Amino acid sequence: MNKGCSAMKYAIILIIIFLLAGVCFATGLDAFKGEKQVLRISGGTAHIPVMKEAARRIMAFNPDIQITIAGGGSGAGIKQVGEGLVDIGNSGRKATEAEKKKYGLALYKWAIDGVAAVINPKNPVHSLSGKQLQDIFAGKIISWKALGGDERPINVYTRDKSSGTRAVFWKKALKKGEITGKANFVASNGAMKSAVANDPYAIGYISVGYIDKTVAAVTLDGITPSLDTVKSGEYKVARGLYSNTKGEAKGLAKKFIEYLLSPEGQKIAMEKGFIPVN
Amino acid sequence: MTFKARIAKSFFWTASVISATVTLAVLGFMICLSLPVLKKAFFLEVLTAPWSPDHGQFGILPMVAGTLCIAFLSLLISFPVSLGCSFFIEITRPGTPGKWLKKFVGFMTGIPTVIYGFVGVFMLVPFIRGFFAYGSGMCILSASLMLGLLISPTMILFFCQGFARVPRNYLYAVDALGGNTVQKLFYVIMPNAWRGISAGLILAFGRAMGDTLIALMISGNSIGMPSSLLDSTRTLTAHIALVIAADFDSIEFKILFICGITLYIMTSCGVILARYSDRKPG
Repeated sequence: MNKGCSAMKYAIILIIIFLLAGVCFATGLDAFKGEKQVLRISGGTAHIPVMKEAARRIMAFNPDIQITIAGGGSGAGIKQVGEGLVDIGNSGRKATEAEKKKYGLALYKWAIDGVAAVINPKNPVHSLSGKQLQDIFAGKIISWKALGGDERPINVYTRDKSSGTRAVFWKKALKKGEITGKANFVASNGAMKSAVANDPYAIGYISVGYIDKTVAAVTLDGITPSLDTVKSGEYKVARGLYSNTKGEAKGLAKKFIEYLLSPEGQKIAMEKGFIPVN
Repeated sequence: MTFKARIAKSFFWTASVISATVTLAVLGFMICLSLPVLKKAFFLEVLTAPWSPDHGQFGILPMVAGTLCIAFLSLLISFPVSLGCSFFIEITRPGTPGKWLKKFVGFMTGIPTVIYGFVGVFMLVPFIRGFFAYGSGMCILSASLMLGLLISPTMILFFCQGFARVPRNYLYAVDALGGNTVQKLFYVIMPNAWRGISAGLILAFGRAMGDTLIALMISGNSIGMPSSLLDSTRTLTAHIALVIAADFDSIEFKILFICGITLYIMTSCGVILARYSDRKPG
């Protein structure tokens, strides 16, 4: 008898805690009350950590909402949202005028992100000039020795054409220069990180939000890419992170984007290594 | 003919007609869809130029070369191993060890490709990179080794079937003549089991050519023409997988149909050649 009573007491206390917690966290998530839908998101792989965290919080708040997140790259995100295959298509570059016109896209920029050249932390080379970087990617500098490293060939990693990260890096860091035909191709920011983390002689490029202990960011022309240098505008290889919808965002997609732009959503973006826009 | 037999016969007949039609329809579909691209009269260019969309070049020759290199090398690697395994299973140790090995091989056929790819990325690639101290380790050799492992169960099971069909009397005759095991293998078993061997080879070759995931994960996918086994390369299948994610209506995308058709033709040629060679020794 006594036992039952205490269990009951605990249950009530737990319920109260949950209710309180609900009140505390409800600020940004309130809009999702009573929604009962599926939200499909795809595209840019730099966005994924923020998307996942936002989705986790929303689905914990309202388990009736289903949010699916897929990669594919910015090009795929724009195509898929344009064709109506997903509700939100992410892109790590601004959709081109042609794409905007063709699909009637609405663009929502919710963070700013840098793109950094990365190497393996074991590599003694830590800074490069813009010219050296361009020559490495063009296949003109082929050994780390020329840059003060080991006498081993440089393994260049790049992304496929769908990548917004590639588009920005190619335009702003490589100045639209060649990328060697010998370059290995990987399909996402995550894959790039694990490839470079596993290959001591690699060079690649990833979203600054993805940089951690496993890879080292290359100091470019004396400026180390980081949250601060991207924010101050010192580090130039930066881009907006966009979520695109076909036409003005409606319903759950609208609420999701508003959540990303809310103080809570912006805080998530900051925690994941991006610069909030608000 | 009884009613039941007639039903069964017509059922099998329909099934085979449908599967044959679908195979041909796929070919027709690919031809139809690639005709608009081919009409622009740069088929030769597509087959010979490098792949460089920024410069208006859409050649798939590096991918064709990559596909052939990986497929043949994996076949070359796994053929002797498979031959040895099936010989072990059927001839030298047909008892408990052979049975267990066969069970294990059967189990291997069920392992999803992605697992092989995963193991390749985290174990084989760093090993190859360290061992040869050259390149990224994502290369033809790594992909072929992993693909060799992937296709060997298919070969082993087919070879075993072929070996099991060789009349036991022939084997006793070899023993009676004082022939050793190697002679038994080369002069009696292989010529008699040639059909099983070639069937296994064809299937394994088709699987090696058609596999996407292992090549995509391990071969590095670079668009250059491979010049050594340690070079990164891109197969036709991986190329299709990579480009299809990016585009739906560009020239790059349309070229994919040509990639598909090339792959189709290459596999068919392999099958026809093998069937043709099948007749000679028998």
